[in-house]
Amino acid sequence: MIGLSHYLIVSAIIFSIGLVGVLRRRNLLMLFFATEVMLNGVNIAFAAISHYYNDLTGQMFAFFIIAIAASEVAVGLGILIVLYKKYGSLDLDDLANMRG
Amino acid sequence: MYELVAFYLFSALTIGLFSVTVMSKNILYAMTSLAAGMVLISGFFFILGADFLGVVQLIVYVGAIMALYAFAMMFFDATKDIKENNTNSPLVFLLGGMSALLLILMFVGLQQANLANPDAIQALYPMTEGVGNAQDVGMVLFTKFLIPFEVAALMLLVAMISGILLAGKKMDNSLTEDVAADDEIMIVKDEK
Repeated sequence: MIGLSHYLIVSAIIFSIGLVGVLRRRNLLMLFFATEVMLNGVNIAFAAISHYYNDLTGQMFAFFIIAIAASEVAVGLGILIVLYKKYGSLDLDDLANMRG
Repeated sequence: MYELVAFYLFSALTIGLFSVTVMSKNILYAMTSLAAGMVLISGFFFILGADFLGVVQLIVYVGAIMALYAFAMMFFDATKDIKENNTNSPLVFLLGGMSALLLILMFVGLQQANLANPDAIQALYPMTEGVGNAQDVGMVLFTKFLIPFEVAALMLLVAMISGILLAGKKMDNSLTEDVAADDEIMIVKDEK
């Protein structure tokens, strides 16, 4: 039988995949993808805890996380487009212009 | 039985697809596997009984967010492989694995504490018996979480306006101070 621990382990693995992506990627768009992966991993944990403790609070938090992810993508993609127009690249190494 | 098969199928597929997202060099591959992984995550929500959350995941994540990414692809050159000097050091993977281990240990500790003392964690907003998930969510969301809901709505409005401002044409120069923009507005008015 599938218990709460199974879901929590899957969510921890997915979150860590996203964390590895954030740590190793240098392209801003790919960093965004890795962030989405992390948010999805957290949502699984919230839904699983909500199911096993018979509590709706977890689902509520998952809804607000989805809302925050949507607004993050809207603002972030706008910033990415402006950056791409200005620098012609989305690589973090090219964008670093405050190196002392 | 079906839950068992579904759980292991979904978890293997999501982990594989998200690994492709994180490791792939091609933006198009990364985006497609991310979308597929999000669809499978909504499957998790459905087997957990969170029907409304699963539908919202499908509509907002797979529908809206991935469509937004697909539109942004038009601005970036998505077909060619991106060249980036990734930090591929073993340290990154070590840190990722360590964090996974730490999270799992935290969850195991929580489970152990809960087994030792089952009444320690009480449901704050328990699910109502005999009421569908969507109705239950609606009742809690519009009574207990009304202010966060409204604040989230305001935040989405601000995000929409800032998205229009950032991505729109000629939105980066001021319409009141820039002389060229003033002239342009006058020309447009004259044409009318």
